[in-house]
Amino acid sequence: MDVIEEGIGRLFTDPDPDKAREFFRKKSRELKNKLTTVSEAVKTLLNDGDYFAIGGFGANRIPTAVCHEIVRQKKKNLAFAGHTSTHDFQILAGGKVFNKCDIAYIIGLEARGLSPNARRYMESGEVEVTEWTNYAMAARLKAAAMGISFIPIRDMMGTDTFKYSASKKIQCPYTKDNYVLAPALYPDFAAIHVHEADVYGNCRIRGITIADLELARASKRLVITCERIISNEQIRSDPSLTLIPFYLVDAVCEVPYGSYPGNMPYEYYSDEEHLREWLTVEKDPEQLKKFLDKNIYGVKEFTEYIEINGGLKKMQELRDKEYLINNNTAKK
Amino acid sequence: MADFNTMELMICTAARELEDGATVGVGTGAPCAAAMLSQKTTAPNLVIFFEAGGVAPIIPQMPISVGDSRTTWKANMAAGMCEVMETCCRGFVDYTFLGGAQIDMYGNLNSTRIGGTQQKPKVRLPGSGGANDFASFCWKTMVITAQDARRFVERCEFITSPGFLSGGDSREKSGLPKGTGPYKIITNMAVMDFDPESKRMRISSINHGYTEKDVRDNCGFELLKAPKVSETPPPTSEALRLLREEIDPYRYIIGR
Repeated sequence: MDVIEEGIGRLFTDPDPDKAREFFRKKSRELKNKLTTVSEAVKTLLNDGDYFAIGGFGANRIPTAVCHEIVRQKKKNLAFAGHTSTHDFQILAGGKVFNKCDIAYIIGLEARGLSPNARRYMESGEVEVTEWTNYAMAARLKAAAMGISFIPIRDMMGTDTFKYSASKKIQCPYTKDNYVLAPALYPDFAAIHVHEADVYGNCRIRGITIADLELARASKRLVITCERIISNEQIRSDPSLTLIPFYLVDAVCEVPYGSYPGNMPYEYYSDEEHLREWLTVEKDPEQLKKFLDKNIYGVKEFTEYIEINGGLKKMQELRDKEYLINNNTAKK
Repeated sequence: MADFNTMELMICTAARELEDGATVGVGTGAPCAAAMLSQKTTAPNLVIFFEAGGVAPIIPQMPISVGDSRTTWKANMAAGMCEVMETCCRGFVDYTFLGGAQIDMYGNLNSTRIGGTQQKPKVRLPGSGGANDFASFCWKTMVITAQDARRFVERCEFITSPGFLSGGDSREKSGLPKGTGPYKIITNMAVMDFDPESKRMRISSINHGYTEKDVRDNCGFELLKAPKVSETPPPTSEALRLLREEIDPYRYIIGR
């Protein structure tokens, strides 16, 4: 297969599956208790300079506590998978923790508008970027999850998205059709928020899975945050519900309301008021600094963040919102 | 005739383009509102796909994100991105609705950057998201966008998502699936389609209250003209009621 054309973007990670196999060969398969704090997990599993990815879909089922912790611990020179990223990107750009970025979707918060601060950061020239699409990034994770170095996909062709990517175009030896190759992406670190997990890391997710099943399998080190810890007996009572098995997982952290201010399917809807506050304070760097001090740097752990933004009362409101319940007893 | 703003007009026009039983991949905002309106009027069996994994929901109210809970409300399946995009790639999805900061005469879209360089852009935009994927895989791409000469440019500075690339057979030659491409461009002033040979954008129908000159004055390139140019039917009062009362009561989209 000859390469017909190739993108000029930089490939930030090594797609070599044999190197990944060597890594996974040594990864523990032990059924052991992996419960820890978010702070400890981020400290021990994420190193400056690593390539990392965040599960969920921007402001839906995201491990917010991990994003905050990465910023709080002032990690630096990271490379980020800007895949379906919205509020997660906004948090991470607030802390300037990355200086390399694979871009599929960044800066925007969908119907809410664009993040002024994330935009300033991406227009500053401080971040090296390579372009992709959401599916191309998912396909890259899928290739890694398959243990191979690329998979052919049928998009990006003819566009500048391809030109500034790190993909290559080849001709199919069977049909003579052109394909773009999505090179395997093996992140050094990933965090995924789930509904339920046991202490070993067996995970259940309700609702859409986005690219998280591929991400969990592609990542070298994986932190799970969950709404609730459940027993291993419960996991074993219906193993068909396990979407991420224990041996992929390095750390498990119980973080109730862990996707806040994002949406958690069947649990709580997104806090649009708080997300609007983020977008508003970002217009002025001074305001943003105060806001980050209040909500991230000056906060010890995630429960404190929930408390200062409305606590349990707010969570109940968001739960009503999730189920489209008009609760007349709430508020005045 | 009822009174309406330009966003309402575009959404109502777009909603009519989807026939009952069709499959459509939609993004946030106006495309989603159009699909919802279509589902509540002419296409109750519309099969809606969201890139994050929502498949065939009955959307109760405007989703804020294409990955939020509303996209799987009473859905037939909650899947993932590969499932949805690969379904599109297999040829199952008839339409997609997209937007963009710039669109050119071949229907190519820019949602990546304007000005500056790749590593230091003057204006950085979100990038492709799932737009390039949908525009590559779905049979017919429709775009909903306000019409002005800064948006309708001769050549996109950056082609994020493919239209007919440089026209003629260039799209197919690039390797994108055969028989796919831009279908209708829906603006506040007109509906455009594409010349079957050159693949250049042309005026297909003009909205009530606008003239051909208005459309041309607000376009940065020379528009061709379809053999027969008609007047776009205005929104019905029932469509406007649904849009205002049921689909977007908080005016997230129609209030823009």
